[in-house]
Amino acid sequence: MATSTTAPAAVAPSVREPRSRTRRGVRSNPLGWIFSAPYLVFIALVFAYPLGFAVYMSFHDYFFTAPGVTVPRPFVGLENYTAALTDPAVRQSFVNVAVFLVINVPLTVVLSLVLASLLDRAVHAKAFLRVSFYLPYLTSSVAVVGVWLFLFNGGGIVNRVLGPLAPDPSWLVNERWAMPSIALFVTWKGLGFYILLYLAALQNVAKDLYEAAATDGASRWQSFVNVTIPSLRPATVLVLILAIITGANLFTEPYLLTGGGGPNGASRSPVLVMYQEGIEQGQPGYAAAIGVLLVIGTLVLSYLSNRFAGGRES
Amino acid sequence: MQRRITRILAVASVLGLSLTACGGGGSGGSEAQDAAKSARGPITVWYSNNEQEVAWGKAMVQSWNSAHPDQQVTGQEIPAGKSSEEVIGAAITAGTAPCLVFNTAPSAVGQFQRQGGLVNLASFPDGESYITERSGDVAKQYQSSDGGYYQLPWKSNPVMIFYNKDLFKKAGLDPDNPQLALYDQFLDAARKIKSSGAAKYAINPAPTSEFYQSQFDFIPLYSAESGGKQIVADGKATFNDPAGLAVANFWKTIYAEGLAGKETVQGDAFASKVAAMSIVGPWAVAVYKGKVNWGAVPVPTSTGMPIGDIHTFSDAKNIGLFSACANQGTAWDVLKFATSSEQDSALLTETGQMPIRKDLSATYADYFAKNPSYKEFGELASRTVEVPGGPNTVEMLQTLRDAYTKSVISGQGDLTQTFNEAADKVTSLAGRG
Repeated sequence: MATSTTAPAAVAPSVREPRSRTRRGVRSNPLGWIFSAPYLVFIALVFAYPLGFAVYMSFHDYFFTAPGVTVPRPFVGLENYTAALTDPAVRQSFVNVAVFLVINVPLTVVLSLVLASLLDRAVHAKAFLRVSFYLPYLTSSVAVVGVWLFLFNGGGIVNRVLGPLAPDPSWLVNERWAMPSIALFVTWKGLGFYILLYLAALQNVAKDLYEAAATDGASRWQSFVNVTIPSLRPATVLVLILAIITGANLFTEPYLLTGGGGPNGASRSPVLVMYQEGIEQGQPGYAAAIGVLLVIGTLVLSYLSNRFAGGRES
Repeated sequence: MQRRITRILAVASVLGLSLTACGGGGSGGSEAQDAAKSARGPITVWYSNNEQEVAWGKAMVQSWNSAHPDQQVTGQEIPAGKSSEEVIGAAITAGTAPCLVFNTAPSAVGQFQRQGGLVNLASFPDGESYITERSGDVAKQYQSSDGGYYQLPWKSNPVMIFYNKDLFKKAGLDPDNPQLALYDQFLDAARKIKSSGAAKYAINPAPTSEFYQSQFDFIPLYSAESGGKQIVADGKATFNDPAGLAVANFWKTIYAEGLAGKETVQGDAFASKVAAMSIVGPWAVAVYKGKVNWGAVPVPTSTGMPIGDIHTFSDAKNIGLFSACANQGTAWDVLKFATSSEQDSALLTETGQMPIRKDLSATYADYFAKNPSYKEFGELASRTVEVPGGPNTVEMLQTLRDAYTKSVISGQGDLTQTFNEAADKVTSLAGRG
């Protein structure tokens, strides 16, 4: 590798580095850019443009119109944000989704890590077990919600097993238990995907480390704690961030499982409120403001997860 | 990583700011709309996806097409979505709405109108006269605040109480002459059904939070109890008046005593005999035929109002003519053809739903004589009550629903205070209209 030894030569390129690196990249790898172009265009059109447009909408009294219809959509500044932050229903929805994340995210990380480690060591029925865990993830929520309604209703199997310990009113119509029930459902449903991520990461853990630990007299538990968990840190960060993002976008489950966010809004998520306000009630500007607040919250949580769980490796 | 996140945020912000320059609507297009009003040619129509309406829709389209080879109509079911209203709203925004939709919910019309998606039917020379002559006084409920008609009142499903005669007999109630006219009578019957074990619930309206659910529990009984009032009258919410509170307390008792379920029942609770009664419209006659030995009575009132005075919720579906239509002249002609006396007769025969026509019972006297199960629905059709109009209807209904689920279904808080607060919000929404 060529290195510069003189100070001026070392400083000058670093100032222009990003620009020159991009130019060099385009010149030296035109084919690479051509191959990347469809994805970049896709990201710009399907992700960046709608996000930017949502920000624009959130600062206006916006509503959708037929093409060619001229209507005033005045700039309202932070009005939509003020309204959202002072709306009890919106505030409750953010509390609800926080409850959801507090239950769902740790449960997802711990269960998928443990189950992936066990599956990795399984000798018999490995494929069957992997498919069994992955199947709920592949199945539409609409299809499996019926099963959960059957399990968790007043006369359902869960309450029959619990007997006098069953909550009254039952899980999905109980203000205290509705959101935890949804969190449990979503954890169960998504587990297969996260197990798959961990399984892939486990294949990259050097076997030498386990051998060295065994030579040092480490038990299985000690190997798991001191070798497996630290080696899977990048995968854990990924699982954390994905679980936070998908959890923050919670919609289908409260829409279907608790009949539109009931009881009394106890399971209404911010995205469900956005749907009600933006699509059903024709206030997309207000819904966009809620969406932007949600994006900011999700970014902050994702950053904190990366900062504290990612360690130096990030 | 931190730097990368900062970059992403910066790019997103720049994109957002750059977009502040865009937006706004296009040019007026009123000349194009005027030209479209007299234009004739092929058009597309959407109709509901239930079996009976599809059969009627296909026959109607075929009948039109055979007589108008130069103005062919293509009929199709409304594309699938979370709701028809969501699909239609998206189609308006995209400019892909069909010419006519034979399934336009009155609660959504205000928003479609605000979007500029609907044509004012009163702007056709014979528009207003056609609507008022066909539907009579009931048509006024569908008139916009600007005096226009952005929907043609088409068909209603006046709701009544269906009861299962076999379960009533099992509970020791008279299946041929059930006493359900008064709240007290209704509650006594419900308690007997529950205590006898004839059914798990006496009645089971959906206890969920969707805005439209009040149309099938609170609003029908409020229409009857109040003598035909809408939940908003003269720009002011009415549902917290004595009639509204009487209805709410009636339902509160039903839920408090476990006579109705607070949980969602999968499937049809009435058909599966989980509930002995249901609040349904005439569409149910065909659905329950051969499955349930049913009878029908009007919704109850506190004073046991005679059937001749009872009002109920319309559960209407109307027809909208959409501004994206290039051949609005043909669309208006098809609309009149599809709501002619002959086609209304075909609709009534095929679906059992009531065309919104004045003197319905007299106009189709033969039909009602041959089909006595529909007779009372036909009589009620002239005393149906609609949801309030305007662009904020859904928000008003959601406000009512939230108050209802909290204070009536869950039985939390002070009912009167919760209804008063909801009424204040609805009045403010009506003022925004």
